[in-house]
Amino acid sequence: MKDKILSIVENYERDPGRLMDILLDVQKAFGCVSCEAIGLIASELKISEVDVVQTRSFYHFFTKEPVGKYAVYLNNSVVSGFFGMKEVADEFEKQTGIKFGQKTADGLISLHYTACIGMSDQEPAALINSVVFTELNREKVRKIVADMREGKAVEAMFSQYGDGVNAHPLVKSMVKNNIRKTGKVTLGEYTPGKGLAKALNMESKAIIQEVKDSNLRGRGGAGFPTGMKWDFCARENDSKYVLCNADEGEPGTFKDRVLLTERAAMMFEGMTIAGYAIGAKEGVLYLRQEYVYLKNYVENVLVELRNKNLLGKNILGKGFDFDIRVQFGAGAYVCGEESALIESAEGKRGEPRNRPPFPVQKGYKNKPTIVNNVETYCSAVKIIENGAAWYKAMGTTESAGTKLLSISGDCKNPGVYEIEWGMTIAEMLEMVGATDVQAVQVAGPSGICIPPAQFNRKIAIEDLPTGGSMIVIGKNRDLLKDVVLNFMEFFEDESCGSCVTCRSFNMILRKQIEKVVEGHGIKTDIENMTAWSEIIRKTTRCGLGQTSSNPITTTIKNFRELYDKRVKDVDYQSDFDMHKAVAESCEVVGRIPNIHE
Amino acid sequence: MSETVKFTIDGKECTAVKGQLLIDAAADNGIYIPLLCHMRDLVPAGSCRICTCKVNGRYMSACTTPVEPGMNIESNTAELNDIRKAIVEMLFVEGNHFCPSCEKSGNCDLQALGYKYQMMVPRFPYAFERRELEASTPKIFLEKNRCIFCKRCVRLIKDEQGRSIFAFKGRGKTLEINIDKKLAANMSDDLTMKAMNACPVGAILKKEVGFINSIGTRKYDKEPIGSDIEKIHQ
Ligand SMILES: Cc1cc2nc3c(=O)[nH]c(=O)nc-3n(C[C@H](O)[C@H](O)[C@H](O)COP(=O)(O)O)c2cc1C
Ligand code: SF4
Repeated sequence: MKDKILSIVENYERDPGRLMDILLDVQKAFGCVSCEAIGLIASELKISEVDVVQTRSFYHFFTKEPVGKYAVYLNNSVVSGFFGMKEVADEFEKQTGIKFGQKTADGLISLHYTACIGMSDQEPAALINSVVFTELNREKVRKIVADMREGKAVEAMFSQYGDGVNAHPLVKSMVKNNIRKTGKVTLGEYTPGKGLAKALNMESKAIIQEVKDSNLRGRGGAGFPTGMKWDFCARENDSKYVLCNADEGEPGTFKDRVLLTERAAMMFEGMTIAGYAIGAKEGVLYLRQEYVYLKNYVENVLVELRNKNLLGKNILGKGFDFDIRVQFGAGAYVCGEESALIESAEGKRGEPRNRPPFPVQKGYKNKPTIVNNVETYCSAVKIIENGAAWYKAMGTTESAGTKLLSISGDCKNPGVYEIEWGMTIAEMLEMVGATDVQAVQVAGPSGICIPPAQFNRKIAIEDLPTGGSMIVIGKNRDLLKDVVLNFMEFFEDESCGSCVTCRSFNMILRKQIEKVVEGHGIKTDIENMTAWSEIIRKTTRCGLGQTSSNPITTTIKNFRELYDKRVKDVDYQSDFDMHKAVAESCEVVGRIPNIHE
Repeated sequence: MSETVKFTIDGKECTAVKGQLLIDAAADNGIYIPLLCHMRDLVPAGSCRICTCKVNGRYMSACTTPVEPGMNIESNTAELNDIRKAIVEMLFVEGNHFCPSCEKSGNCDLQALGYKYQMMVPRFPYAFERRELEASTPKIFLEKNRCIFCKRCVRLIKDEQGRSIFAFKGRGKTLEINIDKKLAANMSDDLTMKAMNACPVGAILKKEVGFINSIGTRKYDKEPIGSDIEKIHQ
């Protein structure tokens, strides 16, 4: 063990800034990052053990105890729940004889839940030793577990691959692209290197001006003007970095997955253009762990780009050097927040930074840094290629161009759609074949839940902004239980925990909504949730806390009757559940609780 | 180099060096903005959020906001004070705080803020989280039940080689404060006292001494928290 760990640490030149990679390699080699490993890593990196533990314990996919030889991570997001996650989980438990959170006695299989893995268009889905399994059902689970018992390699458990690059020899995944509608920008025609060649013949200032003129706004959700961000960073006088945000953690989003699969070269080209524009020599792609099945492919794309002289030294003979490395995450939604992403890429716990300073002033390694979404970089390539006017001609006045939507939930054709901004929700539902719709969750849990009366609203930054997640919720769903409660559990798990209000309020709010769902709620609980949500919104450091109460507040606003139906009209109702409290002891002594309500 | 700027807090004209953190600038002008995680000269943590003010109409934490010319700051308003009270209540329901049996009682900033905001019964349900007492290092009791995650010890207490003795473990609801047993074994008495004094509550206690200040001589026995600051300019 010692030798292996030493060689891993050596691989990253004993750089504490690469602690994430070190822990990832150790986790992969040993199925865990044990206390012994922590001690070795700490002494080799000359940092304290608690600092190593601080990073290890932050991320979902690092474990202290060894996971099973087959580690199953079943997605428990809302959409997975819609399509049979409970049965799949039940079958896994039946077949293995263990519960989720446990490992079989022989160490063969361990079962875990995990947050959205970016497969909402093909749920229920799970990661087994990092390999994606989609559209699971009881029968498939029985076969998978049987295969495990036979000791089959995970990759050998299936032979049908998805379309496009999913079937590439370096990917060989069953994931489907489900591209349902292509537009002119990100999923349109693409000739590698064309945009870059044009860019390198331009002044860097002119590139930034073109991006500014195009009105391109960030595609990660916040919608910040991209040209302005690049300009701020270009003005700084220091070495700089270009970071690409491929953390795609917002439940219900999977469009970056498709871009990474089908447009990886385009994304890297966009990063390279950005590097030239702001004066950076290095880029980092921060890729979520859930997409590690694309690792070999994406890294190979980088190699090919270098071979074609579209990356590396003296690109296209224009004297511009730029290279990119891939940084994997390890399971933490908050790392999609740009400053948390930077912290994580530096090997630390993914805690958002205080602002100021902003990343464009002090970002990665404390140097000026731009962080943009995958789709933003892809769009920039086309803008340079075809010009700002061409781009602006699409979309609305305030939201130029096209947007990729990841549409999932209760509709006929879930998948990725490249639309022009400005489409109404009603048009969108028609497009995806959705009828009997109760609500649409726009922009994921951190977005808003809208009722049919608002389906004439437009998907646009000025009306309904979205990073891409669109979850269609059918009339047959229990909105509060299946959706709102699930979202609140998600935020409770994903808060970095730094702000008092985000850490404890998300827990408090989750308990309150649970109380309502379980039928113990009273009218005041609704008022309390509204008032308390205000406090968390006003007093948190980052976007997670500022939006985490949205599932509750937007449904109280738009679906008040669902709450009213569930709560009792009394002054006081304890959330203490006697049955629950005595259940364990009753089981031990073998008696039925005799509690009279 | 150091430019002086003018700004207002609750209508009062204040001056400070440009770029100074609002919370320190306010104190230097005799205005107390409540705080738990902030410590002058340490990198701001911005985690307790109790210093939240309205800066030009936007909610910002005073400990992370540098003052700029002409800033219009609201701090002592009914709305903000209620938020602050809520945060104190939240900390009381989140951890397990039994003031009567705590050695820091009377010297505890959280307790003092509870009095300042006249907290009676927290409006939130108690979490009753089970947390550990870590007593295996030679000099320190780390009473995790009381930790409010201000990160003061994390930021301030390092060994001679600059390595952290305290750090966070986990995230969100599983967050806890962690102590490096190897490094803590070599802590000097001075460093231990420094850690205990930095802790705004009673989470870090030095072993073998206890209840040094008798009732009546404790930090907040005579005057409520913040009085020292508010007196400066009177
Ligand atoms: C909790 C949280 C999670 C986020 N997750 C993502 C993400 O997965 N992908 C992304 O591109 N942006 C995400 N963002 C937004 C980023 O902070 C940032 O605004 C974005 O990467 C900037 O790129 P853009 O301007 O190209 O959109 C997230 C923000 C927050 C607060
Ligand atoms: S709002 Fe939540 S996730 Fe964001 S920094 Fe604060 S505690 Fe962390």
